[in-house]
Amino acid sequence: MKFEHPAGLNPIDRLTVVGRPVDRIDGPLKTTGTALYAHERHDVAPNQAYGVVVGAAIARGRVETIDVRAARAAPGVLAVVTTLDVPRLGRGRMNYAYLFGGAEIQHYHQAIAVVVAETFEQARAAAALIRADYTPEQGRFDLAAEAGHAPLHGDGDEPVHRVGDFETAFAAAPVTLDRTYTTPDQSHVMIEPHATVAVWDGDRLTLWTSNQMIAWSKKAVADILGMPAEKVRVVSPYVGGGFGGKLFVRADAVLAALGAKAAGRPVRVALTRPLVINNTTHRPATIQRIRIGAERDGRITAIAHESTSGNLPDGSPETAVAQTKLLYAGAARMIAMRLARLDLPEGNAMRAPGEAPGMMALEIAIDEMAEALGLDPVEFRIRNDTQVDPAHPGRPFSYRDLVGCLRLGAERFGWSARDPKPASVRDGRWLIGLGVAAGFRNNLLTKSSARVELDRHGVVTVSTDMTDIGTGSYTIIAQTAAEMLGVGLEKVVVRLGDSDFPASAGSGGQWGANNATAGVYAACVRLRDAVARKLGLNATDIDFADGEVMSGDRRVPLGEAAGEGLSAEDGIEYGSLAKDYQQSTFAGHFVEVAVDAHTGETRLRRMLAVCSAGRILNPKSARSQVIGAMTMGAGAALMEKLSVDTRRGFFVNHDLAGYEVPVHADIPHQEVIFLDEADPISSPMKAKGVGELGLCGVGAAIANAIYNATGVRVRDYPITLDTYLDRLPRPA
Amino acid sequence: MKPFTYERPTTPAAAAAAVTRRPDAKFIAGGTNLLDLMKLQIETPGHLVDVQDLRLDTIEATDDGGLRIGARVTNTALASDPRVRRDYGVLARAILAGASGQLRNKATTAGNLLQRTRCPYFYDTYQPCNKRQPGSGCAAIGGYGRPLAVIGGSDACIATHPSDMAVALRLLDARVETVTADGTTRAIPIADFHRLPGDTPHVETALARGELITAVTLPKPLGGTHVYRKVRDRASYAFALVSVAAVIRPDGTGRVALGGVAPKPWRAEAAEAELPSGAKAVADALLAGARPTADNAFKLPLVERTIAAAISDARE
Repeated sequence: MKFEHPAGLNPIDRLTVVGRPVDRIDGPLKTTGTALYAHERHDVAPNQAYGVVVGAAIARGRVETIDVRAARAAPGVLAVVTTLDVPRLGRGRMNYAYLFGGAEIQHYHQAIAVVVAETFEQARAAAALIRADYTPEQGRFDLAAEAGHAPLHGDGDEPVHRVGDFETAFAAAPVTLDRTYTTPDQSHVMIEPHATVAVWDGDRLTLWTSNQMIAWSKKAVADILGMPAEKVRVVSPYVGGGFGGKLFVRADAVLAALGAKAAGRPVRVALTRPLVINNTTHRPATIQRIRIGAERDGRITAIAHESTSGNLPDGSPETAVAQTKLLYAGAARMIAMRLARLDLPEGNAMRAPGEAPGMMALEIAIDEMAEALGLDPVEFRIRNDTQVDPAHPGRPFSYRDLVGCLRLGAERFGWSARDPKPASVRDGRWLIGLGVAAGFRNNLLTKSSARVELDRHGVVTVSTDMTDIGTGSYTIIAQTAAEMLGVGLEKVVVRLGDSDFPASAGSGGQWGANNATAGVYAACVRLRDAVARKLGLNATDIDFADGEVMSGDRRVPLGEAAGEGLSAEDGIEYGSLAKDYQQSTFAGHFVEVAVDAHTGETRLRRMLAVCSAGRILNPKSARSQVIGAMTMGAGAALMEKLSVDTRRGFFVNHDLAGYEVPVHADIPHQEVIFLDEADPISSPMKAKGVGELGLCGVGAAIANAIYNATGVRVRDYPITLDTYLDRLPRPA
Repeated sequence: MKPFTYERPTTPAAAAAAVTRRPDAKFIAGGTNLLDLMKLQIETPGHLVDVQDLRLDTIEATDDGGLRIGARVTNTALASDPRVRRDYGVLARAILAGASGQLRNKATTAGNLLQRTRCPYFYDTYQPCNKRQPGSGCAAIGGYGRPLAVIGGSDACIATHPSDMAVALRLLDARVETVTADGTTRAIPIADFHRLPGDTPHVETALARGELITAVTLPKPLGGTHVYRKVRDRASYAFALVSVAAVIRPDGTGRVALGGVAPKPWRAEAAEAELPSGAKAVADALLAGARPTADNAFKLPLVERTIAAAISDARE
């Protein structure tokens, strides 16, 4: 199905199942431990052996020799494969680090060997016996040191995005701001580490793995291992968190495959937590300079956002400036990115890549500017709202209610009680502050397919390679099929995460919900047609409800209509609506913090997000997405940071004791409000994503609340107490 | 993890003898730290002597009005003991500020004292570490030092001792009772129990090889308000950036000990004389001679501020 015109009325608009806060249909499996994750797939092949990955001990250079004699002789060992045994393997299309093969070491903990043994303990003990000799080379590990000579890296064709004459407008502005903000490297640290069971059957390879993007990964496995894609099957029905860290095939999958080949047995491999951090990908650190010029009435006349990040050779920058093209009005605009060469592990997508760190900086700058103008920060944002793409005024937003998010949020949060004078509210030992920030994340469209089958019992089975990374995909897909075919959720079976199924949008970029359900919608439309044909009915004149097909006075139970079974496959493809309209999602984030007047420890007291994100397919799972994202935003604001050893070139705090994420005690009451809307330009579902929106802006709202509490403006994340203790007034 | 053998003796002296016999033997109690270290091959014992059949799991009153805490009393049991909660509040609070409920259920009094540093370089076996591998060097010095010691370290090691409980025990002048293979017992003042690294950071305590902790004794209760303030990057389940154990009497005198700043619980009796003069005087005296790194120098003002917070808490 080609989606080329804004959606009209369709069966989803009945909202008898879609739009309802139903429990997730995979919930019982998860709460009873019967949803099997990759490393638990004892059921898929007998005689599985265990592989343990050995990482490189240097950050840059060559591995000259690898002594595996002791490891091979160790008890239970079946095979050892080293990076010197194979030429350098290919890479996935969007990856910059090579996962295995050859002598060159690009980063710390790059995989140099896999040891396969009968038991995990034997494999781990043998892996510790491997000795490698290296020739280290001086690497570049310090973003701040490299930033000064990092070259421009354009986004598309233009090295610098310009609208109007920024420099002149900025110089002429009566009120200006010119500040630099930094965000650190961050790790996804999803609870389930990367894990794979690899099984060869002749020249066919099946990987039971933990992955967000099945079709991408099938292709990547073929490219990396130099085999035809049709010989590769990737299966990932349950994923214990991804956050972008599982968009790609990683060393667990490649080394499980190589280990299984070498051992002649199925092999399972999981990455250890240090390898998740230093062997896989991370969100790169940024240094962001923001300049804003405004008239005294608060209208922005000039805005510039420049960001520098680093990556391996061939790598891409963290696109932290993207939202500044679109979020606020302003005639003159300049956006630029610089990319430094660094020899740290690969920087790549993490939840809301670009916008997450970009909004952390931009929305402090907006708060600072509001104060400089003597305006309330909610009002300042509203005053600079735009309903069109500022660079192309003929291109409107498909739907945008940032103003509604901010106004409703301010009302619900009690914003009017905020004292704009910092450090004026005290509660015992605590300094109290309120902060606000806008949330913004684009809505991305990508094609997505599904197969829908109807059996003689009236059971509808949906198959698509879409993944559920804890988000609720199973449930919203079931709701979509139930709505389209007029059956209850108990009559719908959803099968996900298998490359034998039609290719979907996958889970990433908050595009999964809208696109994957739109693909299911398309397949259901086709199935409805097939039912109509079978019954000799006019497809435009029939209705599906209560498990029956209805046309005029005729009612046929769906199972009966199916006969021996009907199957339909289709997908959604998009025309030019994304070009004609800017499609984005919006939020107002409100936060109350308490800062210990003595120690500078920050504790959150309340959080509210008001979201404008199209139709909400399931308010319960969507709320879970947003509160999870708000929690991640709290981590980003207050504690999450990969600490780089700039001499040795690695992330030092590479476990969950050293890389802190919020615990329950850090997270207060969280409230989420979804504005009641539908965006017919996004898809037949009229939905958009929320999973990343919930993160974008949260960090800045917290930073702004800390400023309001203490009078100390912190521009470097995370805002741990040591970043500002020297500026925190001592309590009387 | 390397393969190991295992035994479970039934008397303290037999346990001490079992470890004395084999140079590669270690005691295991709760195992909350040791097992992690074994999986990473930071500890590679060939033989484990499990102390769980030794009893040593009661808390009893002593003749001089104090308490004797069996070596195997769990952190949970110790923190919830009514006598500890009433008379040694700083100890109960320090324990509850550490780890998680699950870990405290398993971790023991003696094991807590013997837990090893959380210096990240100690945990990465690719990195030089004089504590893990004597003579290999110290990657932490000049590296990522934010969590590490500002005082008491050496050119060989700047690791901190991670325990909260031990800070309270230091404040209370506890004594560590031990037995050796031949049945000899002694009581080591807590101040002498943990050693500073000097040139031998791998030697962390005053215990001889095979010497087994049987109990920790507390002297009779101190009057005053008991406070434990632990400052960390998140609200729970994190090691201290700085912690302050204090007992403050109504006249403003009292005791102060620090965690998170040194290779052992840090206390200087002379500094306590400055308490009536305020937090700055105490902190200055406690931290005289401190040698912070660039990224942990914040701990110096943080100590002062946290002592001020503790004094303020005591007044409330």
